Amino acid sequence: MPRRAAKIWGSELAQENSYREGPDDKGRFGLYGGRFVAETLMPLILDLEAAYEAAKQDDGFAAQLQDLQTHYVGRPSPLYFAERLTEHYGGAKIYLKRDELNHTGSHKINNCLGQILLAKRMGKTRIIAETGAGQHGVAVATVAARFGLPCTVFMGATDIERQKPNVFRMKLLGADIRPVTSGAGTLKDAMNEALRDWVTHVEDTFYIIGTVAGPHPYPAMVRDFQSIIGRETKQQMQEREGRLPDTLIACIGGGSNAMGLFHPFLDDREVTIIGVEAGGFGLDTPDHAASLAGGAPGILHGNRTYLLQDDDGQIIEGHSISAGLDYPGIGPEHAYLRDTGRVNYVSATDAEALEAFQLITRLEGIIPALEPSHALAHVGKIAGDLPPEHLLVMNMCGRGDKDVFAVADHLNVTL
Amino acid sequence: MSRIDDLFADLQSRNRKAFIAFITAGDPDVQMSAEILAGLPAAGADIIELGMPFTDPMADGPAIQAASQRALAAGQTLQGTLNMVADFRAENDTTPIVLMGYYNPIYHYGVDKFIAEAKQVGVDGLIIVDLPAEEDGELCLPAMQAGLNFIRLATPTTDDKRLPHVLNNTSGFVYYVSITGITGAAAPQQQAVADNIARIKQQTQLPVCVGFGIRTPEQAAALAASSDGVVVGSALVDVIAETAENRADTVKQVLALASALAEGVNKK
Repeated sequence: MPRRAAKIWGSELAQENSYREGPDDKGRFGLYGGRFVAETLMPLILDLEAAYEAAKQDDGFAAQLQDLQTHYVGRPSPLYFAERLTEHYGGAKIYLKRDELNHTGSHKINNCLGQILLAKRMGKTRIIAETGAGQHGVAVATVAARFGLPCTVFMGATDIERQKPNVFRMKLLGADIRPVTSGAGTLKDAMNEALRDWVTHVEDTFYIIGTVAGPHPYPAMVRDFQSIIGRETKQQMQEREGRLPDTLIACIGGGSNAMGLFHPFLDDREVTIIGVEAGGFGLDTPDHAASLAGGAPGILHGNRTYLLQDDDGQIIEGHSISAGLDYPGIGPEHAYLRDTGRVNYVSATDAEALEAFQLITRLEGIIPALEPSHALAHVGKIAGDLPPEHLLVMNMCGRGDKDVFAVADHLNVTL
Repeated sequence: MSRIDDLFADLQSRNRKAFIAFITAGDPDVQMSAEILAGLPAAGADIIELGMPFTDPMADGPAIQAASQRALAAGQTLQGTLNMVADFRAENDTTPIVLMGYYNPIYHYGVDKFIAEAKQVGVDGLIIVDLPAEEDGELCLPAMQAGLNFIRLATPTTDDKRLPHVLNNTSGFVYYVSITGITGAAAPQQQAVADNIARIKQQTQLPVCVGFGIRTPEQAAALAASSDGVVVGSALVDVIAETAENRADTVKQVLALASALAEGVNKK
């Protein structure tokens, strides 16, 4: 692998019994992943896989991506020592990986830049995407504007209602927003609709999937583009503290920000890794989006993974206060990491996330998105019991501007 | 020889084409769906493609998605669909039944259990949209071993290089998807379909049937000319949607359209 490309994607040899070897040549992470798509799409995802493999070997691609990450996105994002939050809990030393400071306000741009560069390389002239909270949709609309490609974003009608600011941002950026009314009108339905569009426009269209799910090579590709979060964290922690962090915490819907943070650390066995699913009204109710805690293995959207489903194998809509987490599935690599026990998956409820949202806003002057507020809620559950030398990193993967109206609603405040 | 093989041998000997009717099991409810199923052979359906409802039918258009939703709302399950086939077989031992759907409900039910029960109740073949050749180990190979036909979709994007891979482990017939798109969408281009079917036939002895976007007896007639059979789904299912106000007419009207389509298929 050429030098610059090696630097971007990491070329260190995987150690024996590595957790970082997946996927295999069938796109599997153990039992999970794969390519469960209609025949019409099969040639497209094989093309995509070949194009991505070629791009990975290309120093020019890596250089272009790196340049945009630095000058367009504003990377590296800071690793911030949250002093007052640390004081508040009186335990572990809490660091925030500030991916909410990225251009467009979340980690989603990391992946979108990689994919749109790939789309250009493949000669595609039209971009489609699905979005839940709208953060991915905004990031896609942004890179589509930057590269001058027309862009259509599928978004559930319910989500359009609760994420109005992001809908308007996408429109300003020139994206065509297609409301999806089938099902519950949320992320899963938007993804179905995007896949239908892709089947219909196979020649010219590139589908930018926003999370580490979908048919191979998407889970691996999105992970690779997001793993800059973890690589930077590793280096920054080395500079700040001279060692590895002790605990990593990130929220999980599909799981892209979490996989981005976790992946470079998977073989550092001394690092405890925790993923926080959306507990909605609680895991003892039907209204949550914790696919690992409350789901079973199944097949949806091109991959095998844990899914919320009923006794007949019908998919159940997830519920979360956060539109970015209410996906009934989860990236297949997370399913694998759960089964192997490498990552510990827990959940936080709507109420806990809402409380954490307010707490960090007051203590640190950082308004988080509702998604990472779930991760923060879990930080609150464990930080106080950990010693002061314990280094804890939480991925602040998005900012809360988009959620201000929804939060006001939940707090019974009329704006 | 499966029921499907027997059927095509018989049709070929009489120089006729197959009319394949699709309905979703349990749409609009168990009772009416069973009546439609029972009436289809007399209406001229040579093969019945019975949809197993799924919440997330990614390859289907609004008509068949709505059919799935009606069926699920009425309580249809995979077990219920197998029961429907069993009841049908008690009265009809010749018309092939192909179950069409998505992998998750089968995976959740248990692949081995599903195959055994499907075979036992008299299912002849399977069309599972989200199981491409790359995933043959999941269901295709065990199903074929149990004597079920595994009918694969070939599409306009399946090029000559990929085609042998798709045809390998396909049995019963090849289902040519007439358009790049979802069910019930744009009407297919007759010439393009004919060219593609000719291309497929160079690589297989299996009958090649065509579906997606075929709505009228005229379209059915035109596409039957270049294929071994024609599949119609969304148009039939739309009748179920359109008669929601007056369910007394639903069965009769679905079967009437099926008769007209069957006639179209064998119009010279």
